[in-house]
Amino acid sequence: MPVYDLRSAGLRDLNRQLHALRPDTNETHWTVQNPDGAHAIAAGLDAPVTVEIEGNVGYYCAGMNKLANVVIHGSAGTGVAENMMSGFVHVKGDVSQSAGATSHGGMLVVDGNAGARCGISMKGIDILVKGSIGHMSAFMAQAGTLTVLGDAGEALGDSLYEARLYVRGSVKSLGADCIEKEMRDEHREQLFAKLKAAGLAGEVDPSEFRRYGSARTLYHFHVDNAGAY
Amino acid sequence: MCGIVGLFLKNPKLEPQLGTLLADMLKTMTDRGPDSAGFAVYGSDGTGVKLTLRGPDAKTLAGAVSGLEAALGGVVGATARDTHTVIALEADQETAARDWLSANAPGIDVVSAGKRMEIYKETGLPENVAKRFDLSKMTGTHGIGHTRMATESAVTTNGAHPFSTGLDECLVHNGSLSNHNDMRRRLQHEGITFATKNDTEVAAGYLSWRMREGASLKDALESSLTDLDGFFTFVVGTETGFAVVRDPIACKPAVMAETDDYVAFGSEYRALIGLPGIDKARVFEPEPARVYAWERQTGERH
Amino acid sequence: MAENAKGPRTAPRYSATFTPEVMSEIRRAAATGIYDIRGAGAKRKLPHFDDLLFLGASISRYPLEGYRERCSTEVVLGSRFAKKPIHLKTPITIAGMSFGSLSANAKEALGRGATIAGTSTTTGDGGMTPEERGHSKTLVYQYLPSRYGMNPDDLRRADAIEVVIGQGAKPGGGGMLLGQKITERVAGMRCLPAGVDQRSACRHPDWTGPDDLEIKIGELREVTEWEKPIYVKVGASRPYYDTALAAKAGADVVVLDGMQGGTAATQDVFIEHVGLPTLAAIRPAVQALRDLGLHRKVQLIVSGGIRSGADVAKVLALGADAVAIGTAALIALGDNDPRWEEEYQALGTTAGAYDDWHEGKDPAGITTQDPELMKRLDPELAGRRLANYLAVMTLEAQTIARACGKSHLHNLEPEDLVALTIEAAAMAQVPLAGTSWVPGQTGL
Repeated sequence: MPVYDLRSAGLRDLNRQLHALRPDTNETHWTVQNPDGAHAIAAGLDAPVTVEIEGNVGYYCAGMNKLANVVIHGSAGTGVAENMMSGFVHVKGDVSQSAGATSHGGMLVVDGNAGARCGISMKGIDILVKGSIGHMSAFMAQAGTLTVLGDAGEALGDSLYEARLYVRGSVKSLGADCIEKEMRDEHREQLFAKLKAAGLAGEVDPSEFRRYGSARTLYHFHVDNAGAY
Repeated sequence: MCGIVGLFLKNPKLEPQLGTLLADMLKTMTDRGPDSAGFAVYGSDGTGVKLTLRGPDAKTLAGAVSGLEAALGGVVGATARDTHTVIALEADQETAARDWLSANAPGIDVVSAGKRMEIYKETGLPENVAKRFDLSKMTGTHGIGHTRMATESAVTTNGAHPFSTGLDECLVHNGSLSNHNDMRRRLQHEGITFATKNDTEVAAGYLSWRMREGASLKDALESSLTDLDGFFTFVVGTETGFAVVRDPIACKPAVMAETDDYVAFGSEYRALIGLPGIDKARVFEPEPARVYAWERQTGERH
Repeated sequence: MAENAKGPRTAPRYSATFTPEVMSEIRRAAATGIYDIRGAGAKRKLPHFDDLLFLGASISRYPLEGYRERCSTEVVLGSRFAKKPIHLKTPITIAGMSFGSLSANAKEALGRGATIAGTSTTTGDGGMTPEERGHSKTLVYQYLPSRYGMNPDDLRRADAIEVVIGQGAKPGGGGMLLGQKITERVAGMRCLPAGVDQRSACRHPDWTGPDDLEIKIGELREVTEWEKPIYVKVGASRPYYDTALAAKAGADVVVLDGMQGGTAATQDVFIEHVGLPTLAAIRPAVQALRDLGLHRKVQLIVSGGIRSGADVAKVLALGADAVAIGTAALIALGDNDPRWEEEYQALGTTAGAYDDWHEGKDPAGITTQDPELMKRLDPELAGRRLANYLAVMTLEAQTIARACGKSHLHNLEPEDLVALTIEAAAMAQVPLAGTSWVPGQTGL
């Protein structure tokens, strides 16, 4: 159970040690103290370990994560869990803009609110935000799910591809080519599975959500849609 | 392209620590802006008007100040700090002082004017700039700091932030405007003068102009959202408060923290970690295209 | 034509403003309602390297003997911060081109050719293919706004990372790959439905501006243990500021792409009307590095319309450390070859003018995902052609450098050049031939 004081020992050494972990390591539970908003903490992990960070982190915490379980006991700056491939990132506080940006897989759970561009260009990740999300979230989102227990800001799902967006609260406005879609059983099942994965099974009712997806009118250029470009 | 910090105290007990807290915040933003740094501090209430003067060096500046004293026929209260000197005047002496300086002291710039505001800025690493002016010893109700990574205009002291927008008013900016050249020409036509090719100075001039025409600071910031194009996070200081606004796209970072004792602004959370009670603060990001303003005693108003 | 009773008719006169090409474009726009999308770079006539000449040695300077007296061509890229900088035998690298815009065979051929020549090749929007990695000794991995196919394993497999902010064909614009080329494999790599238009963002999704770029570069370095050189690629538009800011943000290498630089597909109006000619972009970029004390410490790679060893020598003489070629490399592989003339005619064009790369019908099998067309390109033979071409360019550059008395290509200087036109003299900041006049620098 290594405990690492980032303030005294520095970022490079922490990441170097975390990157050196092999899949069968016995050092499976790490604690990082005094993160002090530093950037790229626990970025690029590739081992099934848990890293608990006791405080607020800066940009790109757990960026490009594979396999690891990263828990942030605080708030995260821009691009938390960006381009994650697999694993689980749990932020107990709020997250800044571009949370989960371009991520291919794994799950990001945010207990608080997310800023602008949450899930921008997401490519398969499941993001669940217990609070609300900011403007331009799920811009050009390609695949995966974005579940929001609170409200969504302006231009949700602009230029959306095939990601599915589930929002329980209000949506300030929908972006170009994003429409509300029927919530069928398969969607309620999918949503339930995501809620369960975030530890919310039985606590949150999937039927309270609305589903948003791509109208697919921008999939092939047409002059009548030129205003959307 | 830069780092911004701001600290607005609600609890007067923290006022003796304002400079120390602001200096630490400024230093954490060095990576975002290693070229130059500057800060505005709102100190004790004065009766007249304070001018912050900047010269090429302390000696030239001291010479100009004694020349000014002679011309005004009396002693001006002068406090020298490195390349800057603050002079305290009676309110009705300001015009005469400015006229004398522009006629007789080439190379001496009036960086700021106000009852309470003093602005200091220089090229170099933020930590060194703060030390040169002894920021950590300064006291006051609120302050704004800026670290600059120059984009298109030169790395000069004139290009450093904050920019004065009027009596007791200043502006810092993170981002990059895209219509500032035309706006500068328009404002020049309205009689606003500019010392640099800096986009932020245009934003400052724009606010000055709008307020000169009768707009409130809040109205001026509201209209900046349509009249200024490009990317910006502005933090504005006034005699009694400060305000924050981000452009509608809001790419440039902004984090705020509020407690019963203060409101703080940082380009990154890192800038805020040294503040007392930060663990319990309400931390949030200002929304795009929304003007936030705080006033002494009255708390937040929108 | 029957003669009129009033006498001979005046000859038909075309407008210099409304040329046949302009009128044809107006009719096309009116008929379709879609802006013209095409591949390649600017086709208009621009001041270029042909407008510069070298001053060979004579009595005042002494040349080196060919072959016997060595003229080195090696270049090291990424020596500023990276633990493992890249060592190349020739300063001519292969520019980023995506699998998706190019066929897998074409990407493989680029890797093979570059490897034989001892240089690097570069991925593109859409990720890294195993064929490409396998056949490229030195592979630069592009990190783009879309992050299509972006994968930390590939990042670690790469030899260098190129953060792409823009390209010369479209500085300020995003990419576009039309549905015809989004096959199952391409779509799979990009996490998109097959057959849809792929729209690429113009800004990165998780940073904007140099202060945030610095933090992004820090993350990329952390993830790759500070081993790999980080390049930053910009399209030429404000090269002084952009180069300075890339360097300030921590880049090891700046890649500067002029407007003749190609693209897989973009609006014609963008290609022809936005950006700077390559010739005009180099000196400001070099000056930015000099002003920061980083010239030769942060390496500068220039691309956009480089065709010969003479172009290479001229770019290096103006202060760059290396060049990158894209369009020229495709031509070496077999792009626009007259042997396919009949098929080009069937597509309504002619060999040498074919630029509808986005349609995926390339008769040469290069800019296509059609399995039948792809087969026409043998990656080994095409790779050999590219290697030959790279060898010729390198020899040509050496020939010129020796004639100027240089034992290394990097010792070429702007003072070894003169310009044939006032425009080129102003842009390259070298004197008009036979004079001491550098427009904008020495009076007038």
